[in-house]
Amino acid sequence: MDDPLIIAGRSFSSRLLMGTGKFSSTAIMQKALAASGAEVVTVALRRVELDNPEDDLLGAIDTSRYLLLPNTSGARDAQEAVRLARLARAAGCEPWVKLEVTPDPHYLLPDPVETLKAAEILVKDGFVVLPYIQADPILAKRLEDIGTATVMPLGSPIGSKQGINTRESIKIIIEMANIPVVVDAGLGAPSHAAEAMEMGADAVLVNTAIAVAADPVSMARAFKKGVEAGREAYLAGISAPQKAAEASSPLTGFLRQP
Amino acid sequence: MSFYNQLNLFRWEDIEKEILSRTSRDVERALSARFLDPDRFISLLSPAAEASLEDMAQRSHRLTEQRFGRVISLFAPLYLSNECTNSCVYCGFNLKNPVERLTLTVKQAEAEASFLHALGFRHVLLVSGEAPQVVTVEYLSQALKKLRPWFSSISIELYPLPTEKYQTLIAQGVDGLVVYQETYNEQRYREVHPAGSKSNFRWRLDTPERGGMAGFRRIGIGALLGLSNWRVEGFFLALHARYLLRNFWKSHITLSFPRLRPAAGGYEPPYPVSDIHLVQLIIALRLFLPDAGVILSTREAPYLRDHLIPIGITSMSAGSRTEPGGYAHDIRAEAQFEIADHRSPKAVAEIIKKKGYEPVWKDWDAAFLQ
Repeated sequence: MDDPLIIAGRSFSSRLLMGTGKFSSTAIMQKALAASGAEVVTVALRRVELDNPEDDLLGAIDTSRYLLLPNTSGARDAQEAVRLARLARAAGCEPWVKLEVTPDPHYLLPDPVETLKAAEILVKDGFVVLPYIQADPILAKRLEDIGTATVMPLGSPIGSKQGINTRESIKIIIEMANIPVVVDAGLGAPSHAAEAMEMGADAVLVNTAIAVAADPVSMARAFKKGVEAGREAYLAGISAPQKAAEASSPLTGFLRQP
Repeated sequence: MSFYNQLNLFRWEDIEKEILSRTSRDVERALSARFLDPDRFISLLSPAAEASLEDMAQRSHRLTEQRFGRVISLFAPLYLSNECTNSCVYCGFNLKNPVERLTLTVKQAEAEASFLHALGFRHVLLVSGEAPQVVTVEYLSQALKKLRPWFSSISIELYPLPTEKYQTLIAQGVDGLVVYQETYNEQRYREVHPAGSKSNFRWRLDTPERGGMAGFRRIGIGALLGLSNWRVEGFFLALHARYLLRNFWKSHITLSFPRLRPAAGGYEPPYPVSDIHLVQLIIALRLFLPDAGVILSTREAPYLRDHLIPIGITSMSAGSRTEPGGYAHDIRAEAQFEIADHRSPKAVAEIIKKKGYEPVWKDWDAAFLQ
């Protein structure tokens, strides 16, 4: 079935994006990445020695196979996030950025004001911007208005593995969005990923749940299947509105009587 | 606003009594609670909690893994000076100790930095005694100019400074502040810090707050285990951390609990802490403060450090030298204390990998600041 994920005009067959943090080794991360089938991979710029062409983390990702999505994790405000994004671009990365502005190092929740500011600057500066946000439908529309390529609302706080606590808001975001919606953060199990896809999300991003699983490679494979199952269910009509029974109209049937 | 006000709501002896009175049922209740408040946390510091240590360790392991991943950050201390105007009874730098004193020139500091960089370090902690006449903000500014290019992250563990001076240092590229209260027992504090600026309990206690107000990204606090009952220290350290978390929510809080080691002066700690109790403290703090970084220095022996890796720590130093000039120079200045883990950074990184963790040398970037 031809059902590509399209972001900024670029086509992907996998709807699972993967983060590379928290793994016990680069080797395991690479194996998990291969098992996940993901084509878009995020990397925290704070971990990377951008001026070192042999940096462990960057070098480990084959950019002919994967789209490298640098993220600005650690940035506390728009200025820092913009700096980091430009640094990555100057070092040779494609101008795609996963925008993460998280002034609170404890829950790593995104700052809506700074995210909006940074997104505006980066979009004008020619970046493909994928912003990480709280599941705020208004913020999602405002970001779409200024030209971000997607919105990435969180399911629950990063690393918490609680699943989609924000489901009602995410449903609204999906309903109102004209750009792809990628549920990001807090997905703890393949069933969470399936749930997101069944809701109509265009993709999900998973990091912690895979990285700290007892068997990250198998977990990556399981998430791949979860995403595929959820997407197929969605296309098969699981979220289609119930067709009202047309046979009986107890309230207004009298109007149809001759 | 000051943590001192909160501290004074409690009497040391009352907390001690409370901790010791907790039973295994209290421990059970604490472990099955959704949230740990200070009252439940107290149960985890009790003797009764020792029986649940394995269960607690498993939780601590999982929680740390989720929040921080399977990674251990590495850093190195870089001692700029061992000159000191204080007379802390337990410290090798005590002004009364007739030892070799040295403050590195900027050139010497740079040589140390280059040495550490070659070993792989990208995070460094600049350390000094209380020497405001030599380790001035001007000296630090000059040193920072030369040191910054070598490191992604620079923290300082010097002597308490006023907020404005911290602001200056932050503008020059310092992102972390470390200052240990040593002991939260004010009476004991007076006994072991008889003279010098450090004798001022309140000034030191307020230092992390001044750092928070100045805007440090990371604030490290700690207690020097051995000075007072570790259970009560743990309680106040946790409260202090929580206070900082709530009032300086943009700063990352880290915890340290070095155990007193042999040093010039030969001080014998009145409350030595056993390995099992150190482990209990680490675990209890991790469960109460899931997001706090936990630092482990080379004061601890290799076998203990290795076993602590999966239990809740997030950052380690390696190959440390606690005498100024100790890395790259042939100098005979006095060390602050004897380290116990003499393994090279490379060897420590190998052990971290063997334990199933990734040693992380760089987890910050100067680009954040400038």
